Amino acid sequence: MSATETTGGGRTGGHWRRHRATDITARGEPFLWMLGGGLAFGVAMIVGFLVLVLWNGLAAFYPGPIALVQLTSGDTFAGEPVRSEPFEPPESEVATLSDALRAEIADNAGMAVRTLYRIGNFDLYGEDFRWVPDHAVASITYPPDYYHVERLEWGPFIGRILRVNFDGLEVAGDAVSATALHEQHGAARERWRRLRSIVKGGIGEINREIEGARLDLRRAALRHGVGAPEYAEVKRELDATLAGLEREYATLAAEAARLKALDERFTITFVDGAGSETSERLSSVVRMFPANDLGLGGKLGVYLSRWGEFVGDEPREANTEGGVLPAIFGTAAMTLLLVVFVAPFGVITALYLREYARQGRLVSIVRVSVNNLAGVPSIVYGVFGLGFFAYIVGANIDTFLFAERLPSPTFGTGGLLWASLTLALLTVPVVIVATEEALAAVPRSMREGSLACGASKWQTIRRVVLPRAMPGVLTGLILAMARGAGEVAPLMLVGVVKLAPELPIDGVFPFLHLERSFMHLGFHIYDVGFQSRNSEAGKPMVFVTTLLLIALIALMNAGAIIVRNRLKRRYAVGHF
Amino acid sequence: MQSDTSERVRPGGAAAAAAASAPAAAYHERPGPEGSLVETRAFSLWYGATQALFDITFDIHKGLVTALIGPSGCGKSTLLRCFNRMNDLIDGVRFAGEMRLAGRGIYAAGTDVIALRKRMGMVFQKPNPFPMSLFENVVYPLRVDGVRDRRILEDAVERALRGAALWEEAKDRLQENALGLSGGQQQRLCIARAIASDPEVLLMDEPCSALDPIATARIEELIDELRGRYTIVIVTHNMQQASRVSDNTAFMYLGRLIEYGETRTIFTTPKLKQTSDYVTGRFG
Ligand SMILES: Nc1ncnc2c1ncn2[C@@H]1O[C@H](COP(=O)(O)OP(=O)(O)OP(=O)(O)O)[C@@H](O)[C@H]1O
Ligand SMILES: [Mg+2]
Repeated sequence: MSATETTGGGRTGGHWRRHRATDITARGEPFLWMLGGGLAFGVAMIVGFLVLVLWNGLAAFYPGPIALVQLTSGDTFAGEPVRSEPFEPPESEVATLSDALRAEIADNAGMAVRTLYRIGNFDLYGEDFRWVPDHAVASITYPPDYYHVERLEWGPFIGRILRVNFDGLEVAGDAVSATALHEQHGAARERWRRLRSIVKGGIGEINREIEGARLDLRRAALRHGVGAPEYAEVKRELDATLAGLEREYATLAAEAARLKALDERFTITFVDGAGSETSERLSSVVRMFPANDLGLGGKLGVYLSRWGEFVGDEPREANTEGGVLPAIFGTAAMTLLLVVFVAPFGVITALYLREYARQGRLVSIVRVSVNNLAGVPSIVYGVFGLGFFAYIVGANIDTFLFAERLPSPTFGTGGLLWASLTLALLTVPVVIVATEEALAAVPRSMREGSLACGASKWQTIRRVVLPRAMPGVLTGLILAMARGAGEVAPLMLVGVVKLAPELPIDGVFPFLHLERSFMHLGFHIYDVGFQSRNSEAGKPMVFVTTLLLIALIALMNAGAIIVRNRLKRRYAVGHF
Repeated sequence: MQSDTSERVRPGGAAAAAAASAPAAAYHERPGPEGSLVETRAFSLWYGATQALFDITFDIHKGLVTALIGPSGCGKSTLLRCFNRMNDLIDGVRFAGEMRLAGRGIYAAGTDVIALRKRMGMVFQKPNPFPMSLFENVVYPLRVDGVRDRRILEDAVERALRGAALWEEAKDRLQENALGLSGGQQQRLCIARAIASDPEVLLMDEPCSALDPIATARIEELIDELRGRYTIVIVTHNMQQASRVSDNTAFMYLGRLIEYGETRTIFTTPKLKQTSDYVTGRFG
């Protein structure tokens, strides 16, 4: 911008008018700064949030040191320091302190510092965490023989190994070699896995077959009546199958019992900082490591193994420990199904509204209504989904197709299908609006070109308009996906559960079980963080799960964006 | 060239001229060897309340090149788009009068518009290739017609691209996206698309307005080659072009057909003063 830019007419009264230098309001810089500031503020908040989640999420699994704390009262305990904060000790406590400490607290305006320790050992003390005022601590050491032990039950144990018992061979804790312990622990875990696969896989399979046979019988009874010869036929078959299954079951149960008995003979006994002992089966120890004795490599090993368990295993301990594989799976499956439902629905609606419907008042009203639908609270969709999909549509499906299973519902309750459909309804306005805009942006000349070639309206839409509008449609789908994957409230009504017994996809026909309830990362965050017995213990889990959810959504969006950019490049306007 | 420039007034034209208050148009066009193909009779058109065409009556002769000239906004594109009913797409268009293609009413009730458009190729003022490969662009009219045979499609592509003088440049990049072509190449591609399905009539709306002189010359060559096989209607602002390529020229002004006659006569000794003012550039 030059200073001689003209702001008015040329000649006034026969003289050349002096041109004013462009002043600052004309250049609009203050507004630019304001806008830029607003943008920077927004970006800073988002980045701050992401950094918070990233830092806490990534750090959550890194093993911390174990402190052995000697209190002035003479008590001892071991725990992992979590964080320190200033606090105001109550008068009664201050009164018991020495004069020097009292003076120090008084100097600090009555404030002292306390530290939160994770002491674990919930089975012994009934609490996982303990606040300790720093002035009550006599000494802190970091003994190398203290272990952080993750167990199948009761949360972590922090203490020393007192002794181990390998099938009758008893060895004191300080005498057992690390390799022997490692080996035996590995073998015990392997045994435990075998046991679990027998119970969940083999015996579960037999139970399923028995249930299937029972349902066949029930179906025959419903169809032919109990007295009919067909029924007797089915019953005879059923009895034969049952006998066979019974025998299989007996074999498996015997194998399971043998493994279990063997498992009982490998135990490990721990002792904590205060001297209390506890014995565990070796197989119930998920992971143990001497936190203070680990090099960087060892710590990284623990860190990675925890991540591995987190993304690849099932949850344990009321979801506060273990993995979230079912939740990852459920979230991904639901989001993909959501796209499968919402894409055709939204695109067809938008096509009709934009291309076929007579543009009049009615269409305007429909359009406004659709836009307003996006503002309805999502829980309302949840209620609708439960009432309409599950209780009306699902109940009817059950009466006609799964009558033999009644009164236990198949589709008549929340499940993957209904959850995806509910979210599809929730997100369809986004897709409709985006698609309509994309359709409107297809240049008229392209439609005319196609029609002039003798294409029908439908051919024009399918071959020219839709492909050209596809990037816009995909943008709508990306927005819908992001919104749908992050939605929790309606899902709590239509199919998400705290702990799903089975994944919605498995090797059993028909492989995709749309009627099953499922787990969801968003709900997992809510459940672990705010519904579990100990929210402090769930906190790292909340961050890690949030991180994972964000990563999952980012991943799915990235996929869609790559596809969209490919298409966009294809339709980019060439040079003229 | 045979010449039949005696002044004639067509019966329909006379009736229309008598009905309207406008002065009678002058007709002295050269008839084609096979008679007329598109006949327009007392045709008027309104965009909502404003009338864009007034009482147009003239014949387009089979196998000849007919140029439409006239100042901007006089209704050339509107008239051209009436032949293949492209104006149907615009809301609020009304018309009166009659148009016939080979004796059959274009606007008659029960006309198959799609079949009609298949008989007419159209080249638009601005190139409008589809966002697909060159190949798919050219065979588009065949595809929508249901042609699947790969050999027929490939033959059609080569023939059409050669016809549009694009074959040498395009033969190695048939699978590339058409939007990557230059403007002139895109326009020739659109011409190839228009002739790919062998239409009877080729409607061209200022096909050279965005082209450089070389590409323009090529397209004029092409029109020359197509003469006789196709019936071509070309809208142009370029007087030299009209005089070079066309057999007959129609001069329009403010929605009316002023003079329609053999091109040489229109550009050398037009019957009406308005026409001579326009073609000599003395027009206000
Ligand atoms: N879609 C439309 N709606 C309303 N009026 C239109 C429309 N298209 C054209 N017109 C009007 O009809 C008249 C004729 O337009 P037309 O496009 O046929 O002119 P033209 O002769 O092709 O001009 P040019 O040489 O500039 O292309 C103009 O006055 C124009 O404003
Ligand atoms: Mg025009």
